[in-house]
Amino acid sequence: METEVKLTKLAACAGCGAKVGAGTLVRMLEGFETHQDPRLIVGYDKSDDASVYAISDTVALVQTTDFFPPIVDDPFLYGQIAAANAMSDVYAMGAEPKLALNIMCIPERMEAATVQEILRGGYAKAYEAGAIITGGHTIHGAEPIYGLAVSGFVHPKAVLKNCGARPGDALILTKPLGVGILTTAAKADLVEQPVLERVWRQMATLNKTARDIMVRYPVHSCTDVTGFALLGHSFEMAQGSGCSIHIRTSQVPFHAEAYPLAEMGLIPAGAYRNRDYAARGVAAGAGVSRAMQDILYDPQTSGGLLMALPEDQAQACLDELREQIPQAAIIGSVTERLEQWIYLDE
Amino acid sequence: MKTLDARGLSCPEPVVLLRNAMAAGEQAYQILVDNPASRENVTRYAEHQGYHVTCTEQDGEYTLSIVK
Repeated sequence: METEVKLTKLAACAGCGAKVGAGTLVRMLEGFETHQDPRLIVGYDKSDDASVYAISDTVALVQTTDFFPPIVDDPFLYGQIAAANAMSDVYAMGAEPKLALNIMCIPERMEAATVQEILRGGYAKAYEAGAIITGGHTIHGAEPIYGLAVSGFVHPKAVLKNCGARPGDALILTKPLGVGILTTAAKADLVEQPVLERVWRQMATLNKTARDIMVRYPVHSCTDVTGFALLGHSFEMAQGSGCSIHIRTSQVPFHAEAYPLAEMGLIPAGAYRNRDYAARGVAAGAGVSRAMQDILYDPQTSGGLLMALPEDQAQACLDELREQIPQAAIIGSVTERLEQWIYLDE
Repeated sequence: MKTLDARGLSCPEPVVLLRNAMAAGEQAYQILVDNPASRENVTRYAEHQGYHVTCTEQDGEYTLSIVK
């Protein structure tokens, strides 16, 4: 759908590509004093997707926020993508989103109808997720920003952290990669409209289905693949779990159109930040091309879930996932800690 | 040689600038960029188009010399 407003022209960075590098954040948070609380199941010490706080023996509160500048020009679609992305962190913890607040920044010159369309997109996605947006906060600023602060709930014993992977696990990824490269190339008018529409649909797709299937299996660990890319998030999972992760790159789902664009240097700056952060923990086999590595470092907006579960359960889980998410794939495995955190093979 | 100033531009704009200039069919270019991502992307684009690239850095700015 074409609109008068070129939202993406108002933003210097696209979507999760605007995210501050993981290494930068870790350094900035060093040494801060925080309270210890036994009810805090997940805090920021493990770089996880959301914080989790046990309210009772059966209910834990999951809180997260995510927002970014426009990644598409259609304001309704932008709102949907930003909301799907914000709620993804809740799904990644194995939880269900229930309440949300809008976080919004709008340039003073932006038309009211555009602002309303962005919000309508957010409300539509929240409704689809079964969550309620109860308010929020909007300010004026140079670049548009939209996202949500989301609260969800989960049983304290069913929380899926990004640090629970175990040797013998298989890894499943539920959405194809390449979104950052394609949206960057789109700014240079190098992506065909049907390809872009496929990517937009993917970004606006909730991880709800993947989560609802995942929780029926003995999944040890889960994270969503967003700004830090498959390798940045895998690096956090490997380090947090004290295990090594092996990725069979030929099995990793990605949008085929992203490959030649990566070869041409249509790579978002965030991919280079992700490489700077994670490359020290990654051993790439000789057969893994530079362009393939770029796709693995490519920041994803509203990416899929990456889950680790026992190898003997993985195929059954994948079969069920594929009934509704055909692109889902088993992309690798977890072993005990070896010399490197991540191994990339063909 | 054609000189292009891509300082202050974010990806993919430096690549687009070079691409548009190459459409005019020059044999050699010099392009200025001010961040490592643009340096990498411009280098890869030029090499992909069959050019040879050399890079010099001064005070965080990069000068890329691009020749056939």
